Amino acid sequence: MDQKSYRRESFQSSTSDEDMLEIAGASLDFSMAEDDPPLDREMGGFSSYNGGEMNGTSTMMDFLEEPLPGVGTYEDFNTIDWVREKSRDRDRHREITSRSKESTWALIHSVSDAFSGWLLMLLIGLLAGSLAGLIDISAHWMTDLKEGVCLAGFWFNHEHCCWKSNTTFTDRDKCPEWKSWSQLILGHGEGAFAYILNYFMYVVWALLFSLLAVLLVKGFAPYACGSGIPEIKTILSGFIIRGYLGKWTLIIKTITLVLAVSSGLSLGKEGPLVHVACCCGNILCHLFTKYRKNEAKRREVLSAAAAAGVSVAFGAPIGGVLFSLEEVSYYFPLKTLWRSFFAALVAAFTLRSINPFGNSRLVLFYVEFHMPWHLLELVPFILLGIFGGLWGAFFIRSNISWCRRRKTTKLGKYPVLEVFVVTSITAVLAFPNEYTRMSTSELISELFNDCGILDSSKLCEYVNDFNSTKGDDLPDRAAGPGVYTAMWQLALALIMKVFITIFTFGMKVPSGLFIPSMAVGAIAGRLLGVAMEQLAYYHHDWAIFSGWCSQGADCITPGLYAMVGAAACLGGVTRMTVSLVVIMFELTGGLEYIVPLMAAAMTSKWVADAIGREGIYDAHIRLNGYPFLEAKEEFSHKTLAMDVMRPRRNDPPLTVITQDSMTVEDVESIISETTYSGYPVVVSRESQRLVGFVLRRDLIISIENARKKQDGIVSTSVIYFTDHSPPLPPSSPSMLKLRSILDLSPFTVTDQTPMEIVVDIFRKLGLRQCLVTHNGKLLGIITKKDVLKHIAQLANQDPDSILFN
Amino acid sequence: LCPGCEFLFPQASMMFAQCSPRCASSVLLLMLLCCMLPPPALGSKSSEDIRCKCICPPYRNISGHIYNKNVSQKDWPFTSSTALLWPCSSTFHLLCWGCLCLGLLHCFFPLQDARSLATAPTPSGARANTVLERVEGAQQRWKRQVQEQRKTVFDRHKMLS
Repeated sequence: MDQKSYRRESFQSSTSDEDMLEIAGASLDFSMAEDDPPLDREMGGFSSYNGGEMNGTSTMMDFLEEPLPGVGTYEDFNTIDWVREKSRDRDRHREITSRSKESTWALIHSVSDAFSGWLLMLLIGLLAGSLAGLIDISAHWMTDLKEGVCLAGFWFNHEHCCWKSNTTFTDRDKCPEWKSWSQLILGHGEGAFAYILNYFMYVVWALLFSLLAVLLVKGFAPYACGSGIPEIKTILSGFIIRGYLGKWTLIIKTITLVLAVSSGLSLGKEGPLVHVACCCGNILCHLFTKYRKNEAKRREVLSAAAAAGVSVAFGAPIGGVLFSLEEVSYYFPLKTLWRSFFAALVAAFTLRSINPFGNSRLVLFYVEFHMPWHLLELVPFILLGIFGGLWGAFFIRSNISWCRRRKTTKLGKYPVLEVFVVTSITAVLAFPNEYTRMSTSELISELFNDCGILDSSKLCEYVNDFNSTKGDDLPDRAAGPGVYTAMWQLALALIMKVFITIFTFGMKVPSGLFIPSMAVGAIAGRLLGVAMEQLAYYHHDWAIFSGWCSQGADCITPGLYAMVGAAACLGGVTRMTVSLVVIMFELTGGLEYIVPLMAAAMTSKWVADAIGREGIYDAHIRLNGYPFLEAKEEFSHKTLAMDVMRPRRNDPPLTVITQDSMTVEDVESIISETTYSGYPVVVSRESQRLVGFVLRRDLIISIENARKKQDGIVSTSVIYFTDHSPPLPPSSPSMLKLRSILDLSPFTVTDQTPMEIVVDIFRKLGLRQCLVTHNGKLLGIITKKDVLKHIAQLANQDPDSILFN
Repeated sequence: LCPGCEFLFPQASMMFAQCSPRCASSVLLLMLLCCMLPPPALGSKSSEDIRCKCICPPYRNISGHIYNKNVSQKDWPFTSSTALLWPCSSTFHLLCWGCLCLGLLHCFFPLQDARSLATAPTPSGARANTVLERVEGAQQRWKRQVQEQRKTVFDRHKMLS
């Protein structure tokens, strides 16, 4: 009877598996699911919530049957059944619409049901915007804390502290209220000892912040580490990770994100902000029944929340929606597009009113200039694109190999020590160089800046000739000594950032990738821009410059080169296309620079795609073995469904349940001896004609419930899935009807179907499993995991790396 | 949101008045309280003050200068014509071609309201037992969940590596 025909490896030692084995008497521990309690005490009401009944006609008997708590819910680390969820929502909606004609109360109910989606988007936008504002303000303050403290009030950051001071013009960069640590401790800020003391305090603060972050993550919410975007992509494709979007993860992620960013590590906060926004979305879903009970609807809300997250990170609502569409979401119906845009706008407006940077801007770096650019400058822009693509491919390869080493060797056993070492190396190397000492956002802001007459930074120390100035429009000038110093310091900063980010991304603290990549690109761009500017200044009589760059004209803007470089590097690493260009142009507020940005983004994507196939997030998904089915799959060999299905040729035949001839004992033994997540139901073993498909979880719950609550159900009771009970002698014990948990419309393909079509069906419909028939008789089954393993095998990757169910 | 914390100003060109108002509170908790509480009574609007700072660069033999002035809110925001006339003193500075004028908004938030909100009513003792038990149960469940997560991420490296 027992056939270990095909093995679908389920998650090895998850508690859900261990729970499965304690069937008799013990109850399943539903309370494990903290953020999504499947046990909903409210029963009754709409019987169309009935879990398994799909497209079948409900008889009177079924209407009187109330759905058991737990039926229709999913275990941790399993894939949802998109078709079932969508049809449940359609049934619910049909029910509400039909009832709305009956009474005014029902009409109000149906209107509020339609309105609840918009209310939810509004709440998500408000919460995400407020949290982003809190994160921005705290990170700004704590970053400055590493260097000194404000005497007027320790809670002021550097910029705000110096705002109030009364200084003369020549001393306008000095700030008496702000004391560096050496000034505070020693009383003076000059000298070697003061420098060493400042150095020491900087390293100590950095270590303090990062150690606190990793200890909080390890102690309270281990899911809060990393970027979050690969896991959110997987969740949005239908995977369940309980606790990943819960309230503790949200709290810890917010706090540790601020700590990690303030500690001076080479990471950003954009990716974690998407995770934070999705946590907000998930938590707020619990307020609305429509979204709490339905996993498919919930994922629509999560797509919108991801858009709100990117929108507050960059101050770019449209870019956020496009990012959600392009990078994060799996199914993106048009209705979600409008709602995501609404959520992103609300979040951006909330952040704007909190005004974290005091200048009505949402990001620290923005571009205000609108200088024109010349067509010949496309050549350096394309060069920057090539650099971005090369860097992107190099970064992905090295980061993945380092993360693989962390995953498989002893390096992964010491996460706290790893954070300590990386932070100390970063802090020790970063302090001497002014451009690595400042926070990365400030660095990008300074690099994007076009030098005006009042800028006194080293990068703007040009040789000024006031006789030829007209107004605020400064011409191209010769570089002063300050610029040359800044150039080699920036080159050192570039090398340091290129290498240290490889080891930082993926550590056990929240870490984002956008800001470090943009910094690398901005530095490279600015270096190239200043080089071009000086070339044009000293050789303005060359043929290529004489047409448009005469002496005294302002033709080259190094800030623009920095911006284009930032876009190129970000595109090379994440392989974003439209969303990248839209985010960058929303940062600049104008369409002047769309052509350079697009040229650089396209070049970098082509170069990076030529070297490595996938972006950083897809690479991490593959590294972790998440069951994510990508959109585009092409197979080099033609395979058929019967090559991939289980059982294979030499395996024993399929484990099936007959529709009315098995007893409770038989079914329980099948469940305990095999670990499959579902069983096909056939008419009889001889005919093997398909009736439907039943899930393991639903079977267990129903049988256990029947044994406890229904009269006369014993081990020899017959289980039947038909409408009417089979004829049996009257002395037999009462029978158990389980038709309500049977899926009567499982998807089938024939054994000769090509695998490309099967993969397409899996992806478009979101299936978990698909039955294979031959001449109308059931032959085998293909699960999503089999498909993923098959794809991995064809790509010459290790098929056993697909870990999850 | 607290009106003192937000200020929309006209986008004057950089030449005249790149004014960036700033809420005087970078205090995290107080900021949050300020912006979450209902706006204070309109009468307190008069207590809001704007501090303006004007940086005028040197030109030929005219030295650079920094001007600070507290301006009441009725004089703010400046239009381009008023910005020209204030606050620079010399004739050259009057033209303000390189004068960078920046503004700062003081935020007075109702601290007393914040304190009163902090004292919330405590639950009655009659249901304390079951509440305590529920809290205990929830705490146990949460601890188990964190342990599971730690095993998945840190020990078995199945996720987030």
